[in-house]
Amino acid sequence: MLVSILHRITGSGLSVVGLAVLTWWLWALADGPDAYQDFAGHAQSWYGLVVLVGLTWAFWQHLLSGIRHLVMDIGAGFELRINKLFAVLTIAGGLFLTALTWFLIMGVNQ
Amino acid sequence: MSAQDLSTPLGRVRALGSAHHGGGHWLRERLTSAALLLLGTWFLASLVLLPALDHKTVADWLKSPSGAVPMALFVIIAFIHAIDGLKVVVDDYVHDAGNNAFLNGLILFAGIGAAALALFSLARVAFGAGA
Repeated sequence: MLVSILHRITGSGLSVVGLAVLTWWLWALADGPDAYQDFAGHAQSWYGLVVLVGLTWAFWQHLLSGIRHLVMDIGAGFELRINKLFAVLTIAGGLFLTALTWFLIMGVNQ
Repeated sequence: MSAQDLSTPLGRVRALGSAHHGGGHWLRERLTSAALLLLGTWFLASLVLLPALDHKTVADWLKSPSGAVPMALFVIIAFIHAIDGLKVVVDDYVHDAGNNAFLNGLILFAGIGAAALALFSLARVAFGAGA
């Protein structure tokens, strides 16, 4: 239940905020180094990092719970115990992959 | 169901969902999700694997076909999936026909508009005008 609602919330967030940031990023990249620097300044500020880390988490959470929904679409995984285990795994996996992604990005930037 | 009802099970349930149609929409949502499984992971992995994220490094990456083509696919399919997904949420929670049509129309227009902007920007980078 929680994971299913999270799937909708993260999907809506990625659609609205994620695609807006993606479009802004590509626009700034095309506009030149000055516009890109402006974007990077916002991206590296505390609020920018909150948004980007949030989007990263939303991406991995949505991807994993999406896989769970695809499995359930083919009629598998409805046994209560397995279903619950899979749901818990999407949350743990989403947090782990978010931490891993940012650990690697920070490593690149330093 | 009476004994005289010769319609198929599919025929009896068609158009009864919250959108009143949508088998194709349902399938497209799943097919685009499978594509994004690859493209989205490719996108994040590429950002992580680039030696730096400054303007020149990122622009050079998106000038190469191996960067520009998957990026174009990612943008197109992500927007289709987003428009499809938001429609499901709107159809489930906004039942007034007028508000529903207005919101879905807004999402469609904004989504296609932003997608055009993103693809135009990517083309400028890929073809070198934005250096």
